[in-house]
Amino acid sequence: MIAPTVRVQAGAFDIAAEVAILRAATGVGAIVTFTGVCRDEGGRLAALELEHYPGMAEAEIARISAEAAGRWPLTGVTVVHRHGKIAVGEDIVLVVTASSHRDAAFEAARFIMDFLKTNAPFWKKEHPAGAPAGDWVEAREADDKATERWRR
Amino acid sequence: MKVLYFAWVRERIGLTEEEVEPPASVTTTAELVAWLKTRGPEYEHALAEPAAVRIALDRVHAAADASIVGASEVAIFPPMTGG
Repeated sequence: MIAPTVRVQAGAFDIAAEVAILRAATGVGAIVTFTGVCRDEGGRLAALELEHYPGMAEAEIARISAEAAGRWPLTGVTVVHRHGKIAVGEDIVLVVTASSHRDAAFEAARFIMDFLKTNAPFWKKEHPAGAPAGDWVEAREADDKATERWRR
Repeated sequence: MKVLYFAWVRERIGLTEEEVEPPASVTTTAELVAWLKTRGPEYEHALAEPAAVRIALDRVHAAADASIVGASEVAIFPPMTGG
């Protein structure tokens, strides 16, 4: 089983560079990338501020990625999650999964994102356009259901 | 043990972390939350609905009835909203 790469960082990530690393592995036939981007919520938001639990955030994403690598025949997994203030339009999270065939890469990427949303210790605070820091984003029931789907 | 607070739990309590020594009768995560609630109005406000917070023991998610015996780092936080 391959060893996932997991990073939690304040700075931006380079999607092409991360893909190039997984492309270099033996047996790669499919690479899926998921990028989560900061939405403006219809012009209402200027930025999100992401708080995280240092140490556990990396550990939890590593646990989720390792479980994906155990479920599907992956040749590589990379997850990068940013923290701190992230402006509208900037990237928040990147998941790259590589496999010999597309099904494993697609499914593993979805699995990792579904569990990351509900289990990785990050919290978003809204920064409304033209106003001071506002409310914490509330967890969505739809995200819990997306995670629950994989337990069946 | 060290207790860490995040997001609105941190803001309501007014601390990022603290050292606490709960009595020996406090052995589960639910009992720890109930005991912390008695420490002042900030705690009462943050932990008013125990079902609204999540707990991690030594950086691993834990259930409400999990034993805290032997844990050195407990974290209390709202449901997560990353990604």
